[in-house]
Amino acid sequence: MVVSSLKLHDLIEEIRGAKTQAQEREVIQKECAHIRASFRDGDPVQRHRQLAKLLYVHMLGYPAHFGQMECLKLIASPRFIDKRVGYLGAMLLLDERHDAHLLITNSIKNDLNHGIQPVQGLALCTLSTMGSAEMCRDLATEVEKLLLQPGPYVRKKAILAAVHMVRKVPELSDIFLPPCAKLLHEHHHGILLGTITLIMELCQRSPAALRHFQKVVPKLVQILRTLVTTGYSKEHGISGVSDPFLQVQILRLLRILGRNHEESSETMNDLLAQVATNTNTSRNAGSAVLFETVLTIMDIRSAAGLRVLAVNILGHFLLNSDKNIRYVALTSLLRLVQSDHSAVQRHRSTVVECLRETDASLSRRALELSLALVNSSNVQDMTKELQAFLKSCPPDLRADCASGILLAAERFAPTKRWHIDTILHVLTMAGTYVRDDAVANLTQLIGGAQELHAYSVRRLYHALARDISQQPLVQVATWCIGEYGDFLLENCEETEPLKVEEEEVLALLEKVLQSHMSLPATRGYALTALMKLSTRLQGDTNRIRQVVSIYGSCLDVELQQRAVEYNMLFQKYDHMRAAILEKMPLVEHSSPQADEKAKGSREVAPLSEDQALVPTEPQTSKLSDLLDLLDDTSGDTRQPPPLQPSPEGGVVHLLDLPSTPPPPASIPTLKVFEREGVRLNLSFTRPPGTPALLLITVTTTNSSEDDVTHFICQAAVPKSLQLQLQAPSGSTATARGGLPITQLFRILNPNKAPLRLKLRLTYNHFGQSVQEIFEVNNLPVETWQ
Amino acid sequence: MCSFLEWRDLKIVYKRYASLYFCCAIEDQDNELITLEIIHRYVELLDKYFGSVCELDIIFNFEKAYFILDEFLLGGEVQETSKKNVLKAIEQADLLQEPRHEYFNVPVY
Repeated sequence: MVVSSLKLHDLIEEIRGAKTQAQEREVIQKECAHIRASFRDGDPVQRHRQLAKLLYVHMLGYPAHFGQMECLKLIASPRFIDKRVGYLGAMLLLDERHDAHLLITNSIKNDLNHGIQPVQGLALCTLSTMGSAEMCRDLATEVEKLLLQPGPYVRKKAILAAVHMVRKVPELSDIFLPPCAKLLHEHHHGILLGTITLIMELCQRSPAALRHFQKVVPKLVQILRTLVTTGYSKEHGISGVSDPFLQVQILRLLRILGRNHEESSETMNDLLAQVATNTNTSRNAGSAVLFETVLTIMDIRSAAGLRVLAVNILGHFLLNSDKNIRYVALTSLLRLVQSDHSAVQRHRSTVVECLRETDASLSRRALELSLALVNSSNVQDMTKELQAFLKSCPPDLRADCASGILLAAERFAPTKRWHIDTILHVLTMAGTYVRDDAVANLTQLIGGAQELHAYSVRRLYHALARDISQQPLVQVATWCIGEYGDFLLENCEETEPLKVEEEEVLALLEKVLQSHMSLPATRGYALTALMKLSTRLQGDTNRIRQVVSIYGSCLDVELQQRAVEYNMLFQKYDHMRAAILEKMPLVEHSSPQADEKAKGSREVAPLSEDQALVPTEPQTSKLSDLLDLLDDTSGDTRQPPPLQPSPEGGVVHLLDLPSTPPPPASIPTLKVFEREGVRLNLSFTRPPGTPALLLITVTTTNSSEDDVTHFICQAAVPKSLQLQLQAPSGSTATARGGLPITQLFRILNPNKAPLRLKLRLTYNHFGQSVQEIFEVNNLPVETWQ
Repeated sequence: MCSFLEWRDLKIVYKRYASLYFCCAIEDQDNELITLEIIHRYVELLDKYFGSVCELDIIFNFEKAYFILDEFLLGGEVQETSKKNVLKAIEQADLLQEPRHEYFNVPVY
């Protein structure tokens, strides 16, 4: 059935003419049905047209997998138009994940070997775009052959195909390394460009290759010098800069070769200075080359003067009106800030200017760089700038900015008061964006600054009165008001004298408690703060009692529990209330990087007392020490205590167990058998660590005139016990008190059942074989109790 | 507006020509400014080939746009820095196609 299908042109027009998504889908579905039918019928002449239509549809996002096999057929066709569209289809539709891609390997091989130049070009292009590792391995020799051909058109493509192959299969580097040095002597820019890219790949993958190519540095320097000094050729150049693409690639390779290598770095010093000073930067091409030069100078072992020049160039870039150039300058300075900090500091003011940019990428870079430039001398100015930025910055940068300011404040704060002010400011402006531990950090900081308690609580109170929506701020403020509420009512010289009434404070806390904006954790803070105020404030506590009793029936379980407990505190334990609600001691808290310690919790204090007790316990009975420690740690149910603080505590005791086993609770040895000089003795041991274990050593001695040979001792115990017999020391007990036979029995008696033991002996003595079976009587009670 | 964005572990460089955005994704160690030149060079090639290229030219001749790209870049790297050589290669390839290619627009030089 021949259905006249659309020409590509008409299909595109029809699709573009569709007014709705549904209409477009309809057109495409109809056309895809035609295409599928045509693929099935196999009309070879129209196949490329059908595939072209399919590729357009694929570009719009519709499924086109049924065209994969058609690509293979088209590639195999002798017509150039078929191959062209077929290879394009292969690049767009096939990829490594589909097994079908391997099927084109043979076609590519044929085309590489026998095709005309354009066909070879197509094949190489396809190989470089979607060639998988298997394909690369199969076709490596073909590509190598093409590398050495004279014609530049195919050669330059072969070189870049080699680049792709080395990326996919690093082992192929061995094949492609040898031709490189010779290729550098070519004059064709395309070949040079490809060769330099190939050398870069080889050097990045193997240090041996890097060393090998360090000897071509002079050649590279010569090529670049020629480019820069000889006249500008319009064919390869862009606005006064000769072949910037090639220049940039050479500079990149020089960077890789010169890194950590004195000799190479020296060779390129002059050239880099020349490029840096002579490049025409009126247009972007020149700036691109200059930028690459700066990166190279900073990365190799360059002379000091050259480095200064590079940083200055970056400084100039920062003042450029072109935003792109400012962006790359900021990025590079960020990379340099670790190694050349003082040089970058000189441009600090310009960087801070960039903070005021409206462009998102630029302001992000400026923020990162500004944060990296903060040090103890400029921290106050920088923080002011950063806080101004925080006010106006886009939301996605707020979190970074806030945490950056807090970190900088932590490291470089000149005074505690300034530190508290800064954190307060950040919390007020960007409270919802700060990290979770900011609250803990601030409470610990305030707790530690005793002289600032009054000041802090007043500032926090005012902040809270203005705005109760920022949760971290609210949490810190309520905690402070609870702890230091008494300072609120006194007069404080540091802030404006303001009469704060008790009722106002309580009202504010209640407001926080009831607000729908408060998180459950915040409400917990508020409730506890109210409770603490009951001892701090002078007035009567009725209002607080009321609130506490109301929340005794709150739906939130945590709040309810707290309220009920506090209620109890009012009712039955009123005498203890003042002691319990005392001011907290300073929390042990190291730098923000440490995260294992219990965060500002009361449990830390009593635990450290426990651990202080342990070292003073007597060393007599290690066993009881062990058990005591187990009791201690299990007693504290509220929080699993960290074992590592105060290492002089229990840990040493655990490890300090004596190496010799402790003297067993001595159980007397038992003689169980005697016959004609052959005696059997049992000795018992109950190891201290394992109460259910009983070790019996059976010792057989022979005081007679004849040896005891082939001695075998077997034992049986009641079913509830487990018996394990270890191998005896031997089966011969020599005569006249010679070497005895010993054997160890292990009996596990977890249920402490009464021990009964039956023994069976067989041996040869005086030429007779003896067999004895008997039960051991008089087993001491200590063996099983 | 700055022409560079960050996306995952790549950098996106874009340039706007009338109503079209040409976007290019590059790796961390690549030079953004030279990428802008690469984009511009490609647009210049299209312009030379189609004669004052417009959006419709690219839409109705998308395969041509691919063919031109494949003569300028290979495996993600620049293969030919001479505009003349790229256009010459395309011209020769076009001549190899059979004359009866009724669905391709005959390019207007």
